Amino acid sequence: MTDGAKTIIGIRSVTKRFNGNVLAVDDVSLDIKSGEFFALLGPSGCGKTTLLRMIAGFEVPSDGSVEIDGQVVDDVPPNKRPVNMVFQSYAVFPHMTVADNVAYGLKMDGVSSSEAKGRVEEALGLVQLPGYGERMPDQLSGGQRQRVALARALVKRPKVLLLDEPLSALDAKLREAMQLELRNLQAKVGITFVMVTHDQDEALSMADRVAVMESGRVRQLAAPRDLYEFPNCRFVADFIGKMNLFEGVVKSSAGSEISVGIDGIGDVRLPFDGSAQGKIGIAIRPEKAMVTADKPSDEDCLSLEGQVTQVAYYGNESHVFVKTASGLDFSVTTQNNERSVVAATNPGDRRWVSWRRKDTLVLAE
Amino acid sequence: MAKRKGLFGRDPAGPLDYLRKWPLLTVMIATFVFLYVPLLTLMAFSFNDSRRNIVWRGFTTEYYGKLFNNTDLMIAFGNSLTIALFSTFFSLILGAMVAILLWRFRFPMKPFYEGTMALPIVIPEICMGVAMLAFFARIGWPNDLVWPISLANITIAHISFTFPFVAVIVRARLAGFNREQEEACRDLGAGDWEVYRDVIIPHMKPGLVAGGLLAFTLSLDDFVITFFTSGPETVTFPVKVYSMVRFSVTPEVNAASTVLIVITVFLTAIAMWLQNKGAEKK
Repeated sequence: MTDGAKTIIGIRSVTKRFNGNVLAVDDVSLDIKSGEFFALLGPSGCGKTTLLRMIAGFEVPSDGSVEIDGQVVDDVPPNKRPVNMVFQSYAVFPHMTVADNVAYGLKMDGVSSSEAKGRVEEALGLVQLPGYGERMPDQLSGGQRQRVALARALVKRPKVLLLDEPLSALDAKLREAMQLELRNLQAKVGITFVMVTHDQDEALSMADRVAVMESGRVRQLAAPRDLYEFPNCRFVADFIGKMNLFEGVVKSSAGSEISVGIDGIGDVRLPFDGSAQGKIGIAIRPEKAMVTADKPSDEDCLSLEGQVTQVAYYGNESHVFVKTASGLDFSVTTQNNERSVVAATNPGDRRWVSWRRKDTLVLAE
Repeated sequence: MAKRKGLFGRDPAGPLDYLRKWPLLTVMIATFVFLYVPLLTLMAFSFNDSRRNIVWRGFTTEYYGKLFNNTDLMIAFGNSLTIALFSTFFSLILGAMVAILLWRFRFPMKPFYEGTMALPIVIPEICMGVAMLAFFARIGWPNDLVWPISLANITIAHISFTFPFVAVIVRARLAGFNREQEEACRDLGAGDWEVYRDVIIPHMKPGLVAGGLLAFTLSLDDFVITFFTSGPETVTFPVKVYSMVRFSVTPEVNAASTVLIVITVFLTAIAMWLQNKGAEKK
């Protein structure tokens, strides 16, 4: 994606109410740029799927409008929109061969059967199912059926490909492989992808930009790194990755520093650009903190003493849970970089938890 | 440890080996005896060389010959097949449309409509027969029409009691339809008609086959409703058999019944074969 690329999908103050009162999407505005991989991320019921279905045309906005490539499409039915969708259940037609499935959209468009044949072969090659044309869907695995659904949507060369929870039905290993493959496929075909997911790993690893939604609203729209390192509110901080979240009160703010009184930690100065007052959230990523036996001498570090309550071992890393003397629960992720069967930290150990001031997040919202 | 022996001295029966335990085995054997022995007896006595059906006097196919030379019976049989074919055809169309209506749309008084639609399934056939008789008499349905239009009133009566069965079966099938398939179809450029032609009707197909088969057999062997709606010129096979039985139960009746059984089994086998073929193709 390049900055200044043209907008392919414009969501303009879109609101969707179901049955007159249930608010699914609440005044959302956003631009999706041509050629980018865009993800709508959020917990179930946040309105992300409704938003995607409004782009596809299966739902009509109660207020506002949807633009595709500069055209307002609110009166355009799904079958006339230049977008195609890969459904969560894949929705491959069970009574048609793979080739007939992929050719279906071309047939509807009146593409000649000789041209369609070539394009179907090409699309099946693209999703790595060459020669599968004569098979029936129930002879395919779940992953293969998904590839058929992808080929069926891509063969129409849509301006935008919509993906509704594309990987949720696959097992863990296959899901990881498919994440990379979808990313590569997108780069190869150059079509804008809009994906709905509740899985933050998926959104972060695949998308160029992610819109985090909650209760029908977009809480933050940013590139994955910005989203993870600079969440703009407690919801995003908590939803993306793991987070130690504490409550604090602003004492004073001057220039690029802020003085905060944090429950259980005390008054500290933190770097902060912006304005905040009253109650705020203080957040530290578990992997940005350290667990040490002695108090670190570094002036730039904040540290707390406490007792290890639990250690969860994951092979590559361990999660250490510490209860501080002041009663805060702190989780720290440590990498198991050295080969050893003896844990460095065990429940009951007294340890110091420390982290750098600049890694501390101040959340005004 | 002594080896435990179950029924027939084999390994002990497992928790789900019901047929190896005597209570269920007894029920199963009793079912087979009471279900199939009468049918087999009927078939066997159709070859009995006697006017009467009680004592076996030797093998003959004489009554099958008589049967096929019995013009009245053959006409009745032709009537039955014609009625069954027409009523199945219209039942399928009507039943499928009702199923789609109930599955797909919301409208005022829907539960009421659903109830009245299913009424012919639960209403006693005798009531339905009398009602049909009264209805056709009241509107002055002509009795002197040419064949096969003369069968129209029986056909109408049959459609009215068979289409709810088709509707119920097809609707059950539609309940398992994945709405995303319809959306995918639309998403790929299909309009309303294409969605039905390419996705919904193919999904309904097993239901239509099963419903059609049921409608056909229901129509073919219906006696009560037909009895009230048939005229002297429009006798069906079951009605004819009944009138023959009133004089005496001859092997000819047995032969006629056997032919009916064979046709029904044959048709069912064809339908199942067609369905399996469809399943294999998938």
